[in-house]
Amino acid sequence: MSSDIMVYVELENGQPKRTALELATVAADLAAHGGGKVLAIALGPNAAGAADRLGRYGVDQLLVSEDPIFEEFLVDPHVDLLARLAQEFEPQAVLFSDSADGRDIAARLAARVGAGLVSGVVDLVAHGDHVDAHESIFGGNFVTTVEVQNARLGVFLVRPNAFTPKESPKSAAVRTLDYTPGDDVKRARRGRTVLEEGEATSLEEASVIVSGGRGLGGPEPFALLEQLAAEIGGAVGASRAAVDAGWIPYAHQVGQTGRTVKPSLYMAVGISGAVQHRVGMQTADTIVAINRDPDAPIFQLSDLAVVGDLFKIVPALTAEIKRRKGA
Amino acid sequence: MNIVVCVKQVPDTTARKELGPDFRLNRAALESVVNPFDEYAIEEALRLKEANGGEVVVLVMGPPSAEDIIRKTLAMGADRAVHVTDPALAGTDWSGTCAVLSTALRRIPHDLVLTGTESTDARSGLVPGGLSEALGIPLVTYAVKLELDAESIKVHRQVPGGYQEVQTPLPAVVSVVKGANEPRYPSLKGIMSAKRKEIQKLTLADLDIDPASVGLHGARTVVTASQARAEKSSGEVARPETPEEAAVIIADFLQARKYI
Repeated sequence: MSSDIMVYVELENGQPKRTALELATVAADLAAHGGGKVLAIALGPNAAGAADRLGRYGVDQLLVSEDPIFEEFLVDPHVDLLARLAQEFEPQAVLFSDSADGRDIAARLAARVGAGLVSGVVDLVAHGDHVDAHESIFGGNFVTTVEVQNARLGVFLVRPNAFTPKESPKSAAVRTLDYTPGDDVKRARRGRTVLEEGEATSLEEASVIVSGGRGLGGPEPFALLEQLAAEIGGAVGASRAAVDAGWIPYAHQVGQTGRTVKPSLYMAVGISGAVQHRVGMQTADTIVAINRDPDAPIFQLSDLAVVGDLFKIVPALTAEIKRRKGA
Repeated sequence: MNIVVCVKQVPDTTARKELGPDFRLNRAALESVVNPFDEYAIEEALRLKEANGGEVVVLVMGPPSAEDIIRKTLAMGADRAVHVTDPALAGTDWSGTCAVLSTALRRIPHDLVLTGTESTDARSGLVPGGLSEALGIPLVTYAVKLELDAESIKVHRQVPGGYQEVQTPLPAVVSVVKGANEPRYPSLKGIMSAKRKEIQKLTLADLDIDPASVGLHGARTVVTASQARAEKSSGEVARPETPEEAAVIIADFLQARKYI
């Protein structure tokens, strides 16, 4: 086994997602500790173009295959190639973003090569010649330390926004992999993508979230939150009450039966703060709540609690932010 | 069309979850329910059966007490259930769970394996991938819609802002998202007939699984420490007189922390 750390890079428009830079940052720390290298893997058309940015965040070598198969089929070709690379390089750990695609590929890879698998990872620490994970469970009510046993390799799904990307003066060498996909990986074929909403932001990956709850009273006031979110570069979330009432699609739900998010800033608007909601967002760095009920439980975990009428405060705030940005 | 739905027993989602001295979830003190995410997979299976015929089998790995939630799935309309239960399974992690469920699945005829997207207790969403790999069949997760034909299935797979169409040959493992349908409540007739439906009990010996390969000892991950979240002290409370004053207070706060 080497001391190398492997990072799976998710791409967006040919560039690494912010989550990939977060992974590169923690991988660089781990690799420096063990005297290993950071090996990043990017798959799909134009993947080599990710090298510049990845290098600046600590990646030593970028392994790429630009075969179109990685866009044509889900999971199978990715797992096939990653399993070969895990065998060839024998890394200490493979890091993925805890996203929909990350989970699918990581689970299949760990099952195929017999690795230990940990999700919800919020920290990784070197422990002798292996890596321990800190896992956030029960909505962040506990953080457990998890060790890999009975396995040589650890596969870790790292929660978006758990690390802040940190630049380090490196440049990544690109190695193009010789990969010819077999017919056995041509199974789940991707077709057209239909976007039903204007923007395609993943709630888990957003660093700012503006969420609305029962206090909004209907679907229309979500437009106020969208305007505020647009002004501060955030995504729109919702409580279960708002989703169950049909005011906003389920993909926006934060909480026990929705998404678990860890943004830098979480604004809870007209959300009382039931346990169901809190376990989805309580590990946000900063929480701002607007509610007309001074006893709303959400205020207990808010860094700033504002008692008042959201229908008036939110548009005024949007205007105020717009004014300051223009100044 | 034979469909197997994998279902988990979980603590009631409103219960406060605590860890025991062995760093495992203290389940004994908690009310148990069908994992809410699994209800969407069960409903989808029942609808596919109503349209295409066949059988819906519920597969559960869990303690003997899981029989209550199994009855509920039968009352919803599943035809029969397979319940893998064995004292040696306590503490089994993801790899052991996938090994046990996939071994059981090989003994149940299936064209399609449906799951929820995740459980409300572990919340990792990794079992569908583990099953797909163990069974050697394709995986499509986060389905908002499923359309069947004779040999393949078309899935609308949720992506940020919408969905992507994915076509895959059968058999396959598909996870169904919350909101894909409206899970039915068991009818009185369903509850009555559930009492007569078969629940096949299987032990590890029945499945030829070595007990040493599961449980805490067989796990590939072990929890060695746990830290409770520090209670956050409440921050600043503002009771502004006007919306404009509120806007200034919030904007000052956001600006001081460089959010704007």
